[in-house]
Amino acid sequence: MRLIESRTTFVLTYTALAILLLITLFPIALLVLNSLKPATQIVQSPLSWPEVYRWDNFVRAWNDARFGTTMLNSALLAALTIVLVCSTGSLTAYVLARCKIKSWKIVTFYLLATTTAPIQLFLFPLYFGFAKLGLINNVFAVSLIYTAIYSPFAVMLLRTYFLAVPKELEEAALIDGATHWQVFSKVMLPIVSPGILTVALIIGLYSWNEFLIATTFLQRTDRLTAVVSFFLLSGQYTSDWGEIMAAALIIVTPVIVLFVALQRRFIEGMAGGSVKG
Amino acid sequence: MHRLYLVPTLLINVVIIFVPAALTIALAFCRWDGIGMPVFVGLANFRQLMADRVFWMALGNNVIWTAIFLTVPIAMGLLAATMMLIARRGSAFFQVIYFLPMVIATAITARVWQGMIYSPLTGIAGLVTRAGFPVPNPLTQPATALYGIAVVDLWHWWGFLCVIFFAALRQVPQEQIEAARIEGASFWQMLRYVLLPGIRPTITLMMIMTIIWSFLVFDFVYILTQGGPAFSSEVLSTLAYRSAFYDLAVGKAAAVAVVISLFGLATTAVYIRLQAKEFDQ
Repeated sequence: MRLIESRTTFVLTYTALAILLLITLFPIALLVLNSLKPATQIVQSPLSWPEVYRWDNFVRAWNDARFGTTMLNSALLAALTIVLVCSTGSLTAYVLARCKIKSWKIVTFYLLATTTAPIQLFLFPLYFGFAKLGLINNVFAVSLIYTAIYSPFAVMLLRTYFLAVPKELEEAALIDGATHWQVFSKVMLPIVSPGILTVALIIGLYSWNEFLIATTFLQRTDRLTAVVSFFLLSGQYTSDWGEIMAAALIIVTPVIVLFVALQRRFIEGMAGGSVKG
Repeated sequence: MHRLYLVPTLLINVVIIFVPAALTIALAFCRWDGIGMPVFVGLANFRQLMADRVFWMALGNNVIWTAIFLTVPIAMGLLAATMMLIARRGSAFFQVIYFLPMVIATAITARVWQGMIYSPLTGIAGLVTRAGFPVPNPLTQPATALYGIAVVDLWHWWGFLCVIFFAALRQVPQEQIEAARIEGASFWQMLRYVLLPGIRPTITLMMIMTIIWSFLVFDFVYILTQGGPAFSSEVLSTLAYRSAFYDLAVGKAAAVAVVISLFGLATTAVYIRLQAKEFDQ
């Protein structure tokens, strides 16, 4: 079905959509283009095609941003957060979807309220408390913070998946003599696994990209995340924009590849999570 | 038995968010450098804020920010989403591209704009200037710094709204659209009388979230200008962060954090009132 018949409207529509497309892609194109250029050529023009392909931009970026260590830190942080959020979040989502306990509304409301709280509302005592306990520069401690911040979103998203599972399935398993835990782990989890995969992807993305908490809690050079080490590289250590863009491309490439391959999951998870929330 | 399943999530949440948040509220009434013992000072922190020019500037900037993000990206998102509905073919493709900036780390987006677009040396601005049309770097001018940052955030953000609005628009009943079409509605009439009313709940929710998020904005400001030049782009969250970690005035930072939260709370209250009214009708 078409909304509007007129041909002019149709042409205008596509023109406008294409312009928005160009606006969106232009900075990304600059990123890719300039990552291959020597600094001297960028100063002449950020738009020109590379006269020589400076692949060594990537080598220098990798070494100067210490991506060997920092990417590993980021990956570890993302993996820990994914495991924590998915395990604790699916348990909570299951209860909130299944049980008619009176308190569930309070729990839901509390979790939603924490998502609208500014990070600064809990950041300062948390930082000085962690400092006292020696938890600064501790990747596991940071993954706990991420878990607290991201799990309300995960719980709300997973709850809709649990709600979609027919009750009879659970009752049948209980009659067959399964314990509650077996029902949860052997019957429910496999059914909602697509939801868990979506949550894992988005939580992984968020923790890979996160800046404020990572820059506050992980400060020692061997504990930095890739994004923070990119931030420091571009702020202090170099003004070679070819190298900076190469470093940016190294961080962004795995994200964009995953996003393009699994776009539907990303978009449904990120857009749906906030709408239904 | 089942209730025990709630424990891990709630325990982590309470330890990381609830307890420190309660402490922050208490600290807002204290003077503390983060090391020694906090000293109770009553409302002194808030009184100081009231007299602080930078605080009012930051608050004003948050209000400007809210005004920008309540209008520009929502209008862009709605318009693009409607156009995608008209175009039909290719909408999946447009959607993915428009959404793409959302998955790029804010630190990277900020640096690309800073170096490749705004910079007078290595950016497009410099290129245009050398071609004879002087364009100053918006981030280094007090009058334009905030807007320079807002453009970067807009680029990163509007596609997200577009995707949400597009998803909502596709839920508008076909019969309504068909009926309007048969009656010969123009594009604007269709938008005004069928599509927009059809997705009003989504628009309201996004506007509420926009207000809440506008008072939380941190990353782009902190990375692009650190609130400068001369505090011209300072927002409440960067003011709080700087007070706590650079000036070690944790009490003042806590007071600012409480002010930010009050705005969020007020917005949420308005939203709940609106919801209740809609329910009554």
